[in-house]
Amino acid sequence: MKYLFPLAAVLALVVIAWIGSKIPGMQYVFGVAIPYLAIGIFLYGFCNRVIYWAKSPVPFKIPTTCGQGYSLSWIKQDKLEAPVNTSQVVARMFLEIVLFRSLWRNTKTESHDGPQLTYESSKWLWLFGILFHYSFLVIVLRHMRLFLDPVPGLFKVIEYGDSILQIGAPTMYMTDVTLILGLLLLFGRRLINRQVRYISLVNDYFPLFLIFAIALTGILMRFFLRADIDIVAIKRLAVGLVTFQPSISADIGSIFYIHLFLVCTLLAYFPYSKLMHLGGVFLSPTRSMANDTRMKRHINPWNPDIKPHSYAGYEDEFREFMVDSGIPVEKELPPKADD
Amino acid sequence: MAVVSIDKLSKSVVKGPSLMTGSAPRQNWMDVPAIFKLGNFGYPAKKEKVEYLDSQEGLSFPNAREWWPEDDDWKLQENWKEIILNGLKERLDKFRSLKIFMDCCVRCGACADKCHFFIGTGDPKNMPVLRAELLRSIYRNEYTKAGKILGRMVGARELTIDVIKEWFMYSYQCTECRRCSVFCPYGIDTAEVTIILRELLHLLGIGMNWILEPASNSNRTGNHMGLQPHTYKDNADFLVDDVENLTGVRPNVSFNRKGAEILFITPSADVFAEPGLYTAMGYMILFEHIGLDYTWSTYASEGGNFGLFTNNETMKKLNAKMYAEAKRLGVKYIIGGECGHMWRVLHQYMDTMNGPADFLEVPKSPITGTVFDNAASTKMIHVTEFTADLIKNNKLNIDKSRNDYVKATWHDSCNPARAMGLLDEPRYVLDHVVNNWWEMPENTIREKTFCCGSGTGLNTDEIMEIRMRGGLPRANAVKYVHDRHDVNHLGCVCAIDRATLTSLMNYWVPEVTVFGLSELVGNSLVLEGEDRQDISEEGLRTMV
Repeated sequence: MKYLFPLAAVLALVVIAWIGSKIPGMQYVFGVAIPYLAIGIFLYGFCNRVIYWAKSPVPFKIPTTCGQGYSLSWIKQDKLEAPVNTSQVVARMFLEIVLFRSLWRNTKTESHDGPQLTYESSKWLWLFGILFHYSFLVIVLRHMRLFLDPVPGLFKVIEYGDSILQIGAPTMYMTDVTLILGLLLLFGRRLINRQVRYISLVNDYFPLFLIFAIALTGILMRFFLRADIDIVAIKRLAVGLVTFQPSISADIGSIFYIHLFLVCTLLAYFPYSKLMHLGGVFLSPTRSMANDTRMKRHINPWNPDIKPHSYAGYEDEFREFMVDSGIPVEKELPPKADD
Repeated sequence: MAVVSIDKLSKSVVKGPSLMTGSAPRQNWMDVPAIFKLGNFGYPAKKEKVEYLDSQEGLSFPNAREWWPEDDDWKLQENWKEIILNGLKERLDKFRSLKIFMDCCVRCGACADKCHFFIGTGDPKNMPVLRAELLRSIYRNEYTKAGKILGRMVGARELTIDVIKEWFMYSYQCTECRRCSVFCPYGIDTAEVTIILRELLHLLGIGMNWILEPASNSNRTGNHMGLQPHTYKDNADFLVDDVENLTGVRPNVSFNRKGAEILFITPSADVFAEPGLYTAMGYMILFEHIGLDYTWSTYASEGGNFGLFTNNETMKKLNAKMYAEAKRLGVKYIIGGECGHMWRVLHQYMDTMNGPADFLEVPKSPITGTVFDNAASTKMIHVTEFTADLIKNNKLNIDKSRNDYVKATWHDSCNPARAMGLLDEPRYVLDHVVNNWWEMPENTIREKTFCCGSGTGLNTDEIMEIRMRGGLPRANAVKYVHDRHDVNHLGCVCAIDRATLTSLMNYWVPEVTVFGLSELVGNSLVLEGEDRQDISEEGLRTMV
């Protein structure tokens, strides 16, 4: 069920785009209307979610310190793992976001007879994650060439670098391979690792299948169904979309519409799913805050007005005992009646 | 309650079929109800304790009643569902962390085998990710479109009484140690989730006595133990006598003294129970040695704060005594004793909740002149920071050999490690007061340290098996250095640790004794005019 439903959903999306785009007149819907709609949903949803987060205050400063904090001058602070000012926080966040530093720490716990527990370094998830995310990023950047005319040098360099192995014709992109590989490894890990398998939801499989289908249709288009598509028409459509003068030629090819429709689905799905970790990682208070809470007062906007059980109330209850045992008091005992 | 034998438990944690040992449960976790039976839950808070807390200004503890987790009927309010959903809404509006942590998890599972309770019990719901899903599933159902439409398929579920019961079970099998948050790629901190779950449960009058009784004691008498001022002083005076008997020097100790330069606050367990008593003797010897002008307080006689394990309002109310007392006594600043969660509150919450402490001065050591600018605003420093500075400046007359009966290892207490970054100060002190000590394996120390298994108010005897399971990773690492280096002492800077690691060691590694850092500092000091008994075998623990 966990796999079948998202698989069926992705197949259904493929069929919808395939059949839909063949219906006369629907090319405009699939090529223009839906992309605009998807981008709209993506931008609206993304901003909306970030605003929804930002609306709630951060009442307490709760960084997780993963190294020596700022202390006495001769104790070496771990600036990256227990940052004490903004530049150190930025450095920590940079490594977290760009290099997945926390995943790099990962260990695998095993229990053996004895009992004896072991915690071996396990960097597979880090590797799979890096493989997937960076391949995806490069592919997105490579696609910018379709939207821009003339193509800026940066994107040409990326494309050149990505096809540097010069295998096949048209030349194979390394990231096509690594993206598929990353997806398969991440999917395989979800199946094989019992703990992860147990916690995985449809929401975890669906994006994997969806992106896999996007990659597959992209590869098919470039290498296998090249004859079915008109790359010039696609470029014209893409440039038209970003310049708000979309024009669509009659025969771009179904495979393109399928690819595009799946991408649109991903865009629209993104803000309403766990994929929002893209935005959340920047705002996570355990990583994005400085460990300076004893140096600078952090303000909680809703700090409730709560007073302690007062000293006066305490002394009133225990004054006699306090006087008897020689603890100083604010108010002496009343003179006894028979004094 | 009789605790399962070590042989049986040793086999169970390795061979017992569980998600930790390699077998996978057949049922979806949503279909597995929490079943309470003696031994797997902490006893509910007594009615009068809940009533007392509810009567305090600024606090709300509704639905005080007699109830029992094994019963079907938990005697909740009729509109319990509305209360929880409103409570959740209120907290989402108050805590950005909660929203982010509800939305961002990708279920990568990096946290799964990092939790000591999961390692020790193999219970899937003790994987941090699943502990959070217990709440996230309700959040999805109420706050996400997908959850509303697709329901269970996307991990959403209806809020039922069974969910509440499950929350009670698993928010009290988490010690808020934050180890999972070290490994999470988004820094999702299960402690935050547990804190919210516990807050929500208190709205229904669901709480543990072992937490609420100390909290109410602390409010009334100033400390968890419920020691009244004269008793607190008597207990401390016994320790003064003990120090005098052992060293020939009677430390000068004062209570509630106005005009003292420094207020010293430590967990009340330090003057009440072993082995914290020896840590307290250590403080007394240290402060006597350097002639510190300081006072103890009976009103603010608790460093710890069980409000952290309850709700943010109680935390604030209990903590507020520290500044109130510092102000009343007119001290310059505060030194805090060795305690883990106490330091989480002091380091990350106190100034925000009860500051600004503009009536205090930036802490400056009267002995070395060092200014502690790391506490420039809060004006409260850790005794280990203070001690490390004294040693660095050669202000202590230390005879290391006095601790030669000790072969130590060092346990980084969770909160000072992961919510403060106090890692190298205690190591520096240890280096200078003990000749022989060894680190435990690297993935079990510093920021990756394992919890004692009984923090956040779980150090109650009725859940001993769960505690011994949860403490296994820590104990196992101690056993590792015990087997290799004949380690016989386990050090820490946490009062809960001192109590709970003692139970844990008695169970798993009985050859190992637990100590607080200041105990060894105190024992190593050569005092002026001392007349020291032969205490080379057990140091401050020697009976004379």
